Amino acid sequence: MSDTATARAAEQPSLSIRNLSKAFGGVQAVNDVSFDLAKGELLALIGPNGAGKSTCFNMLNGQIRADSGSVRLAGEELIGRSPADIWRRGVGRTFQITATFPSMTVAENVAMVLMSQRRELFSLFRTAVHRHRDKALALLDLVGMAAQADRPCGVLSYGDLKRVELAVALGNEPRVLLMDEPTAGMAPRERIELMGLAARLVSDLGLSVLFTEHDMDIVFGHAGRIIVLSRGALIAEGTAQEIRSNPLVLKTYLGEGQIYGRAEG
Amino acid sequence: MGVYLVQFLSGLASASALFLAASGLSIIFGVTRVVNFAHGSFYMLGAFFGYTFVREVGGGAIGFWVALLLAALAVGLVGLLVEFVILRRLYKAPELFQLIATFGVILIVQDAALWVWGPEDLLGPRAPGLTGIVRIFGTPMPVYDLVLIGVGPLVLAALWLLFNRTRWGILVRAATEDREMVGALGVNQSLLFTGAFVLGSMLAGLGGAIQLPKGGADLLMDFGILAEMFVVVVVGGMGSIFGAFLAAVLISLLNTFGILIWPSGTLVLMFILMAVILVVRPTGLLGRPESGGHKTEVGVEQALRPAGPHYKIFIGLLLALLLAAPLIVEEFYLVLITDVLVLALFATSLHFLMSTGGLVSFGHAAFYGGGAYAAALLVTYAATPFELALLLAPLGAGLLALVIGWFCVRLSGVYFAMLTLAFAQVAWSVVFQWSDLTNGDDGLLGIWPSAWASGTQVYYLLALAISAGGIFLIRRVVFAPFGYGLRATRDSNLRAAAIGIDIKRQQLAAFVFAGAMAGLAGGLFVFSKGSVFPDEMSIPRSFDALLMVLLGGVDSLSGPFVGAAAFTYLHDELITFEYWRLLLGLTIVALVLLFPQGLAGAAKHHLGRYLKLEAGSAGRAKQADEGRPA
Ligand SMILES: Nc1ncnc2c1ncn2[C@@H]1O[C@H](COP(=O)(O)OP(=O)(O)O)[C@@H](O)[C@H]1O
Ligand SMILES: [Mg+2]
Repeated sequence: MSDTATARAAEQPSLSIRNLSKAFGGVQAVNDVSFDLAKGELLALIGPNGAGKSTCFNMLNGQIRADSGSVRLAGEELIGRSPADIWRRGVGRTFQITATFPSMTVAENVAMVLMSQRRELFSLFRTAVHRHRDKALALLDLVGMAAQADRPCGVLSYGDLKRVELAVALGNEPRVLLMDEPTAGMAPRERIELMGLAARLVSDLGLSVLFTEHDMDIVFGHAGRIIVLSRGALIAEGTAQEIRSNPLVLKTYLGEGQIYGRAEG
Repeated sequence: MGVYLVQFLSGLASASALFLAASGLSIIFGVTRVVNFAHGSFYMLGAFFGYTFVREVGGGAIGFWVALLLAALAVGLVGLLVEFVILRRLYKAPELFQLIATFGVILIVQDAALWVWGPEDLLGPRAPGLTGIVRIFGTPMPVYDLVLIGVGPLVLAALWLLFNRTRWGILVRAATEDREMVGALGVNQSLLFTGAFVLGSMLAGLGGAIQLPKGGADLLMDFGILAEMFVVVVVGGMGSIFGAFLAAVLISLLNTFGILIWPSGTLVLMFILMAVILVVRPTGLLGRPESGGHKTEVGVEQALRPAGPHYKIFIGLLLALLLAAPLIVEEFYLVLITDVLVLALFATSLHFLMSTGGLVSFGHAAFYGGGAYAAALLVTYAATPFELALLLAPLGAGLLALVIGWFCVRLSGVYFAMLTLAFAQVAWSVVFQWSDLTNGDDGLLGIWPSAWASGTQVYYLLALAISAGGIFLIRRVVFAPFGYGLRATRDSNLRAAAIGIDIKRQQLAAFVFAGAMAGLAGGLFVFSKGSVFPDEMSIPRSFDALLMVLLGGVDSLSGPFVGAAAFTYLHDELITFEYWRLLLGLTIVALVLLFPQGLAGAAKHHLGRYLKLEAGSAGRAKQADEGRPA
């Protein structure tokens, strides 16, 4: 395992993050964080609540602007670009608190991505009803939501919304996928299924996935490599084995009163 | 030298009244999240009350100031009444209904003031002991203006003390920043809301009263100051009292110097200032970025579904009936139905912005009137043929919407709404003041269609074809990828941006499209009446459109047509009364309180389950399952 990790790190990374920092008022939410996301890697970003994981994600997809640092996608700088621009370059994401279009059906939510990708959103006369439906259904099938394709997103359970978001994020065949707590609100079996899907996407399509997760069984069971954030700073990096036995990580988690396998909030 | 200094001081003096009114608006909005559209009316009432009280008790130097304070108190009482009777019931309703209700209050106040104080402009009483002038480098300057200069900072200081040194004030600030927290503290929230509303009303009243010796009192004050207040709040930065003060000073100085430099262009200067500040600092001078993305909620979350078979039959029957109308009804009614058709297109264009885009515009008449004026100007100055002018009307309105929208889409929610209103007022003023071109208040006359279309019946059919065509086009756009993209920006900014949608561009395009459609309605209007007056661009006309959307319900695509018919009927019934505004205002308030879903919404709520006229308006999940297109 350790060997493949080093082998991958040697390739041109998908995302290369250097000295990323962000402060909110007096709070240093992210402090000088650097790491690489290798091509075709499933990388877990873990850390206690408030460690700065979501803030990192928000800077990676351009939703908030970093105070300093650099994010390169295959060599190209992303800092300063808009979320829409970054998405077009192949970085998709899901949100910790799901963001979907509640007035549209599940299938329409996915079809929106397909329309956006094909730059059809200024088309006035074609109809959007059932547009790209087959492709949308195929994506929904992938995440196990095809049966609910015609329900409005506004009435779905939280776990189902997470899956719709994943289908949406996959819609434009991204190179990099950022998933912020993708399994929150799911039953244990659903979690394993979803992460199994993520692992398949990585191995079959060569997708690079960065995800955050509180369930340590999921993290240790699926992540190829793990990085640990605490109070905005990166404190450890390594395989499951290495992280599990890292004294600093243990201290962080025990110090925060959190034990592996913490229940979802 | 003296001239400029005096002009400068005079600008500072005007700033005081404006600041008082704007800070009141800001406080009310901060605590209750209601944009009080009646705030300009409160300002006007302050002036009228002040006039009366000064005559009754204002003999001496002390009496004068007591009278002004009494005027403020009286307006505070009016505010209390409005809050207690109307707004208190609407805090949980969608913002649109609160706004419409406060617009009803504007109408009521207008007629009440007309009834009590008469139609004449009242010359303000002079302040005893302060009637003299001083000479500054030889230029005369009223002493009262010097006193006014002090009032603004004085009130600013008093407000600062209130909000930083008193328990109540600190609560108000806390409520402004975090409403849930204050609720959790066990504070009596309704008392807090009432208190803030009364304080804000009193500030508006005081503002109106202190400017009496300078500006007097008249019935047109309400809309003028309203637009200026909105500009102050937007330019100063949301929720910042200091920002409001700075902005009030800036705008008043601009006005006073503008008159020296470019007498007819002061409004254009204000427009440019607002534009520059918004481009450089979108959050205003001292505003912080909007936290949590406060959005105007228009109460439409349901999935819009394409027409089901029942609905298609219903629409087909309605169209057949309208087509047959010339055979059935007299010409008088044809004219009336023509009005309904024109207004239905106007209202549908606004409804599109509101329901599909979540963009509530309070200045949509700028484009309706803009289209009418575009056509009328083309006919008057370029002898453009009727057919071409009608075609160019939406183009002109669309261009205007492009300019105005370019600024407005930088803001969202109620700030977007305020800005649209302010721009519409600027557009109205330009038309009103630029009489060389537009004939000002006398309007442009003799704008008739070509001979072939000038018969009542033919024009009716033409209006039917264009209005129905326009409404179908809008419907088509709602269900086109463009409409879906727009709805995506309404549903979730985050998700829309994360799937590559350029939110501002999508919204701007929608704004231009809606503006062009309103302009088409305006073009139809001008040729049906043969004339156009600045009224067609005014704020009341913008509210007419909102009212039609409200009457028809915001949820249904057929709502605007129902709303336009109901509005035309109401208007025709009421206009015969001398105090029709009062009646209209009362009707609006009653409708909002009784049917918060609008007429069509209310009817559908009861009938919808049986008739299933238009899917997507009654149940939520159920409808989406069933309402698949045929
Ligand atoms: N928009 C914001 N404004 C102010 N503070 C924020 C904002 N977003 C996050 N924070 C703060 O930054 C820190 C990191 O938060 P976050 O990135 O959400 O952590 P995580 O996702 O690891 O739980 C927290 O202290 C949080 O309160
Ligand atoms: Mg988080």
